[in-house]
Amino acid sequence: MKEFLLVFRADYKAMPQLSPEEMQANTQKWMNWVAGIAAQGNLADRGNRLVPEGKVISGNGVISDGPYTEIKEAILGYTMVKADTLDEAVALADGCPILFIGGTVEVREINPM
Amino acid sequence: MYQPEITPHLFRTEYSKIVAVLCKTFNLKYIETAEDIAADTFLKASETWALKGVPENPTAWLYTVAKNKARDHFKHLSVFENKISGKVDFGGQTINPEFEFSNQIIADSQLAMIFAVCNPVNAAEAQICLALQILCGFSVKEIAGAFLAKPEAIKKRLQRAREMLRNDHFQIKAPTQTEVTLRLDNVLTTLYLLFNEGYFSKTADELIRKDLCAEAMRLLLVLVENPLTNTSQTQALVALMCFQSSRIDARVNSENEAVLLDEQDQNAWDEPLIARGNYHLINAFESNDISRYHLEAAIAYWHTNPTAKNRWENILQLYDHLLLIAYSPAAAMNRIYALAKVHGNEVAIVEARDSDLPHNQHYHSLMGYLYGPAAIEQAITHYQQAMELSSSITEKNVLAKTIADLKAARF
Repeated sequence: MKEFLLVFRADYKAMPQLSPEEMQANTQKWMNWVAGIAAQGNLADRGNRLVPEGKVISGNGVISDGPYTEIKEAILGYTMVKADTLDEAVALADGCPILFIGGTVEVREINPM
Repeated sequence: MYQPEITPHLFRTEYSKIVAVLCKTFNLKYIETAEDIAADTFLKASETWALKGVPENPTAWLYTVAKNKARDHFKHLSVFENKISGKVDFGGQTINPEFEFSNQIIADSQLAMIFAVCNPVNAAEAQICLALQILCGFSVKEIAGAFLAKPEAIKKRLQRAREMLRNDHFQIKAPTQTEVTLRLDNVLTTLYLLFNEGYFSKTADELIRKDLCAEAMRLLLVLVENPLTNTSQTQALVALMCFQSSRIDARVNSENEAVLLDEQDQNAWDEPLIARGNYHLINAFESNDISRYHLEAAIAYWHTNPTAKNRWENILQLYDHLLLIAYSPAAAMNRIYALAKVHGNEVAIVEARDSDLPHNQHYHSLMGYLYGPAAIEQAITHYQQAMELSSSITEKNVLAKTIADLKAARF
């Protein structure tokens, strides 16, 4: 099987403030989604969430704060899955909770060495 | 390490514990500070556990993160003090930032928080809302859902209530014996009212109702844990909540209709909970202090024994006593019902007519029941009035069915 990177994107500003109970429900949804992929034997790496604050460095030496404050599709985190084709990998991304809050999942095959 | 299910309500319960410990440890004037740190802790938990799963010891994980965030927050505020003593200084009281989330500290902090929040400077409804928000971790939206109120109204009520607390020299610390003597009554009343919101609500969603009852019980048990507040009254209230909670599944049937006590499926009664109620009832009656909770718990006890001899005689006597120390129209009506069981419907009808009972839907329901099949026309009239006055769909459905049954019996 090939490996695919799933990149989660959403608008940090559009995310509603959740109560503890709602946060738990949301966390459970994510856990269930990842567990589903793992159960099928398609999980390569659980991945990580990224701290919102960071920096962007460009070639002309400019270092700016970012990127999340302006971008509507800031990267929230990533996970890696295994599948035979891109379409199969896309099917695994189905049901990802980020999709329910207006976010997106970018699916990219990892170029093998 | 990976566990499939987060314990129900874990976030909510631990959130309120963390808020309590932070408030008490850092002697916070503004609860909001503790709430922000707690919210950050759970944001981190939700993001990390989302991908990594629940850690082996979830509460330890949460407490570690909360401690670190609190330490960072307060270190940032008191850089100068830190340079000199290495400790954080708050208004003369030196607090070691190496605080712990031990069971004892959590219990003490929750107790202090309960007394701080259940302050009679605020009206009862405001106290309950505050309790749900601060002691139980409910959001404004969730509280509004429980009371079927508008979130804006709840938000304003909470803001006002919190302001009142701040103006009342708000302090979160362990209650002294004097404070307990003066304020325990009000604390128990607030928890009792919170429980009733859940138990008697005819309109809120079933899960929410059970939630409110469970939360009231959970907070009450904090009082039981501490010798100062573990009084006979507290034990009586726990007994009452146990008995009533034992029937909570039987009160509404599969068609979401309210089921009368005598018609409940006793298999749906929670026997271990009843046994627990009995245990606390015995504790409560070890002293000679008889409060309204003692009497209500005793009445509830008799209701768990439908076949006991002299059940209704006992219940009637208990209501007679209860009305003397804590009159309420609801108790008075329940007494009339018991009176009917002991002395017959005619006697009860006369007493009801002679009384000061408000002529609301409950009164008319009761009268309809008392006239019953023996005086069908009067019964129907009363039931129809009850239906008109009721604002609960569940109630109206039950009444409509009763009227239909009576009409059918006419012919």
